[in-house]
Amino acid sequence: MTCDEARILLHALLDNELDAGHAREVEAHIASCPACAAELSAQRDMQRVLADADLRYTAPASLRARIEASLPQPQRQQPSRRSVLRGFAMGSAVSALAASGVVALVLRQDDQQRILSEVVSAHLRSLQAGHLIDVVSTDQHTVKPWFNGKLDVAPPVIDLTAQGFTLVGGRLDYIDARAIGAVVYKRRQHVVNLFVSQTSNAEYRAPRTETMQGFNCRRWGNRGLNFWAVSDLGADELAEFVDKFEAAIKTNVEG
Amino acid sequence: MPANDDLQKAQRFREAALPYLDDVYTLARYLLRDASDAEDAVQECYLRALKHFDSYRGPAIKPWLFAILRNVCNAEYARRAHRHSAIEDTPGAAEQTPIWQETEASPETEVLRSRDAGAIRKLIDALAEPFKETFVLREINNLSYREIAEAVGAPVGTVMSRLARARAMLRAAWTADEEQAR
Repeated sequence: MTCDEARILLHALLDNELDAGHAREVEAHIASCPACAAELSAQRDMQRVLADADLRYTAPASLRARIEASLPQPQRQQPSRRSVLRGFAMGSAVSALAASGVVALVLRQDDQQRILSEVVSAHLRSLQAGHLIDVVSTDQHTVKPWFNGKLDVAPPVIDLTAQGFTLVGGRLDYIDARAIGAVVYKRRQHVVNLFVSQTSNAEYRAPRTETMQGFNCRRWGNRGLNFWAVSDLGADELAEFVDKFEAAIKTNVEG
Repeated sequence: MPANDDLQKAQRFREAALPYLDDVYTLARYLLRDASDAEDAVQECYLRALKHFDSYRGPAIKPWLFAILRNVCNAEYARRAHRHSAIEDTPGAAEQTPIWQETEASPETEVLRSRDAGAIRKLIDALAEPFKETFVLREINNLSYREIAEAVGAPVGTVMSRLARARAMLRAAWTADEEQAR
């Protein structure tokens, strides 16, 4: 390897973008070339200084509001006098029904809050010593069959090591008074618990992130399953986890 | 009243794209070096993204948003026409000069002192395109090489060499700046 090549590849080495073979080649060159070794360490220093500085910008709230306002909004129609009168004419039965609808809506949201808090508590519990995993394995073919017969669903167990999230095992947990599967991943020292339960709703529901007690929880629904991914990872990285998981599942199902 | 489909699409779009508003705004600030131009560009980017949301095929939405923002910014560059050249996809003369001359000119083992964010931003702002955008996408927006390649529409190899150049230029500027301050 020439110095010119090494001067480019050492950046890929710094960024963890090289496969093992190329990384070895660059490291071998650097071990034998003081100039390139100095360059690598100088670049590493700069990267460290850059990482410590806050170089991001935050979008002004007014910009967020402008963009929100430009999206199609559900418009509240002003009821005309006539329709108000008609409403009265229809009498109390309709009003009672409407009222019960409101109650159902409120209850459902309360339910979701309660389940979210249960999910976060389960995550917290799992972080206590010895509670994280029931079956320890980085092999999806060991973890998946372990759930058999323990649950009314087969949680998808997918190895995401190549995507930067290491599968470390599985566990049974209880959410909403039901046994539920938890698949456990790690990124660096951060634990991601992926809770999976069955739902009668087979429709796709897009992921959304909520925060509770400092943990991020991203929940979504797909293929008749509800998912909650909980972690102390940043919202960005948790979203990345969900994207990678869904992408991997898609190739598994279709491929 | 908008059709139900539109509302659902808007909702999906909101959930998928709005969490990255700060990321998109950050890139716009570095590319345009002006707060109000950046705001306009980001708004335009989100409008276009919503319009083409149907044709978006996952999984990573970030590079897709950045690619749109980049187009918007290029239009803005064209409007400013004279002062800065647009982000070029064809390698310019700067890209073909070997990296190593520049690094040799700067002291090899000089340890950079920590600087406040404002000073570092100025140094990054001064980088030439297309090196600046590659640098910002990697170092500040945290994209992988593959995602950067997707966003800027260039091969991964090009991304890698632009990044190497960008870092070499930044370090040279940084050291020169420190010499001056001394």
